[in-house]
Amino acid sequence: MSNKLIEFKNVSFRYGEDEPWVLKNVSFAIEDDEWVAIIGHNGSGKSTIAKLINGLLFPQQGEIIIAGKKVTEDTVWDIRKEVGMVFQNPDNQFVGATVQDDVAFGMENRGVSREVMIERINQTLKAVGMQDYRLTEPHRLSGGQKQRVAIASVLAISPSVLILDEATAMLDPSGRKEIMQTVSQLQDKQGLSLITITHDLQEVVQADRVIVMNNGEIWDEAVPRAIFSKKGELRKIGLDVPFVAILADALKEAGIMISQEPLNHEELLEDLWTLHSKT
Amino acid sequence: MNNSLIIGQYVPGDSLVHRLDPRTKITIIFFYVFIVFFANNLPSYGILILFALSSMLTSRVPIRFIMKGLTPVWFLIIFTFILHLFVTKEGNVIFNFWIFEFYSGGVIQGIAISTRFFLLILVTSLLTLTTTPIEITDAIEDMLRPLNKIKFPVHELALMMSISLRFIPTLMQETEKISRAQASRGVDFRTGPVKERIKAVVPLLVPLFVSAFKRAEELAMAMEARGYQGGEGRSKLRELKIEKIDIFVYFIFVLVIMILFATRTYG
Amino acid sequence: MDITFENVTYIYQHNTPFEHKALENLSFHIESGSFVAVVGHTGSGKSTLISHLNGLSIPTKGKVRIGDYSLSKEHKPGDMKELRSRVGVVFQYPEHQLFEETVEKDIAFGPENFGVSEREIKKRIQEVIPAVGLPESMLERSPFDLSGGQMRRVAIAGVLAVKPDVLVLDEPTAGLDPRGQKEIMDMFYRLHKEQGLTTILVTHSMEDALKYADHVMILNKGTKYLEGKPEDVFIQKEALNQVQLDVPEIVQFLISFEQKFKTAIPYQKQSVEEIARQVQRVVIGDELL
Repeated sequence: MSNKLIEFKNVSFRYGEDEPWVLKNVSFAIEDDEWVAIIGHNGSGKSTIAKLINGLLFPQQGEIIIAGKKVTEDTVWDIRKEVGMVFQNPDNQFVGATVQDDVAFGMENRGVSREVMIERINQTLKAVGMQDYRLTEPHRLSGGQKQRVAIASVLAISPSVLILDEATAMLDPSGRKEIMQTVSQLQDKQGLSLITITHDLQEVVQADRVIVMNNGEIWDEAVPRAIFSKKGELRKIGLDVPFVAILADALKEAGIMISQEPLNHEELLEDLWTLHSKT
Repeated sequence: MNNSLIIGQYVPGDSLVHRLDPRTKITIIFFYVFIVFFANNLPSYGILILFALSSMLTSRVPIRFIMKGLTPVWFLIIFTFILHLFVTKEGNVIFNFWIFEFYSGGVIQGIAISTRFFLLILVTSLLTLTTTPIEITDAIEDMLRPLNKIKFPVHELALMMSISLRFIPTLMQETEKISRAQASRGVDFRTGPVKERIKAVVPLLVPLFVSAFKRAEELAMAMEARGYQGGEGRSKLRELKIEKIDIFVYFIFVLVIMILFATRTYG
Repeated sequence: MDITFENVTYIYQHNTPFEHKALENLSFHIESGSFVAVVGHTGSGKSTLISHLNGLSIPTKGKVRIGDYSLSKEHKPGDMKELRSRVGVVFQYPEHQLFEETVEKDIAFGPENFGVSEREIKKRIQEVIPAVGLPESMLERSPFDLSGGQMRRVAIAGVLAVKPDVLVLDEPTAGLDPRGQKEIMDMFYRLHKEQGLTTILVTHSMEDALKYADHVMILNKGTKYLEGKPEDVFIQKEALNQVQLDVPEIVQFLISFEQKFKTAIPYQKQSVEEIARQVQRVVIGDELL
């Protein structure tokens, strides 16, 4: 049985009294070991959700429960042990003078002993494939490498959930690939809940579930396949549809009966092959 | 292009001097600076010179790096020498030139004072040449720890220093980027009257400040998200440890002090 | 303006232990009025190439010619201003260059530096503001109160207000959401067509290069790796993979399709609809038509 790890109950948030609401009456739940992608255009409220989960912001209305605890000023330090976050800008979250110092930072804050730190630094750097860079300074790393270090830093405090808040937005395609590969391996191995926040629909394919945000509200919540089938509507709220979905539509238009909404080329080709064998 | 960036003047290495605990280095330099002023004859200067030169050789830092560090002070050393030559009127006249008379005392004083100067600068630059800025920060944090008792924010100071060091290359890259962007918009940083050039700095400084503030804000948030709550209850990965080699070096240094005081002239 | 690189080599920190070759013996020609995409892995020399286009860097060896300008170690023009007024560069994250109190002043900054008259600047601002899709009401606001996407448009307007003949775009859509990306690229394409600009787009996005450019150049380690029409360059999967680049998705699909069905559908820049019809012919056969 899976448990609810994160629960939003009618959460509304705004930055100030005179400011517009950034989140309006948002409710959802995320379970243990689940990978949830939150997508939406810039300013749709998706990053605010991440900051609320971690207690960097507090809602004006509604409540947020993480691992059975309500997020308040008093519980926030316990909650931050459960929730690890990787932010967008690779430079502005690198605290340490070298890679190993940065991975140690979160553990130092929690008074972890030196022996344990060294062991976990080695473990987590290996998990993200950065073990050869233990003593490297940040300005000698690429954006993708810095983000992998940021992931290792978070893993070092063994949280129950890892949030990637647009962690790939500033990377080049190979950096993006690096991060997505790292993340999906981690999710397989470590039994970690994962929340990826992005505006890139390509990055949601592997998720178990997708929450689509629009203007501070949940616009839709479904498996990736169901989301991909709503192409026209997705475009209207500023999101892009993957090529494979566009092609599938064009094929239907050309009179080919596609059996299911394809998530990738392989699925589409398999489907076509089945049709081909029948004729 | 970024790989060439060296912060401070640290020269990477694995020599005995590099491996010493930074606290050992700072302590020894502190006392060295102090005892230099007690040397007053050839043997006492000799032992100090011997100590400084052998440290320099053990560090295996290329001489040209050390000399480069000394360039700005050569002038001072020579100036001190000449000053003493003219001003000191002790001993015998050994040399006449135009209306000046040079005394033997002046020459000796001149040599002595500029030697002190030279030694001071040599050993202090050896510290920065063989110790990374972050090690120095660690050592300072550790050595200032007693000040915690009078509520001096030692940890905060050290953290501030280490984060500044961490962001120096980032901000240098940023400066380069923005100055290229503004140059492309027709700003001329290099030529023109001084007034114009001062004005040209505004389009560079404003974006730099804006970005530095944004970085600071994001960094603070990232640190908070990673559980930073100030110095209390924190453990440390970086560990300073006095090893046998440090004890050995202390021992040598005490010996140097003893020889110095045994050989210097009293009265 | 035509742009020509003749055997350009650029070395950072020449004659020091940190010497680093960013461009090596690079030669190419860009015809006036064309839309060229420069694609390459991070560190392939793209940024160094850009800085040669408006005299921010001078070749260590070789020669760069931009219109009537000639830049080489032996021949440096004393004043780069005119060149820089004719080659506009939109750098990566151009919003980082904003500094004035109001949007209007920031847009006017470039033209002022290049000695454009006040009346003419006013006129140009009226033109560029709608061109970048900003409302005129924004002119009096501080650029720092705007959203990231709006700030970027202001910065772009500042480059356009100089009225360059050549527009250099360095990853102009980085960090924007999909709608913002499309709007910005469509805007540049429209400007390119309407004003007869020579446009050089430096990008990681194969899709954008394919969609907008009529000529592509792939850089690798400071040298020209491949060059040609997008539909010729982007079908060379193995060659591209070798320099850590992928083919555009549409080409990838056709390659996978060929492997599965043992029938090739050559890529000729046809539309998705056209490809769907071709696939249909292979999968189901003509008899149904």
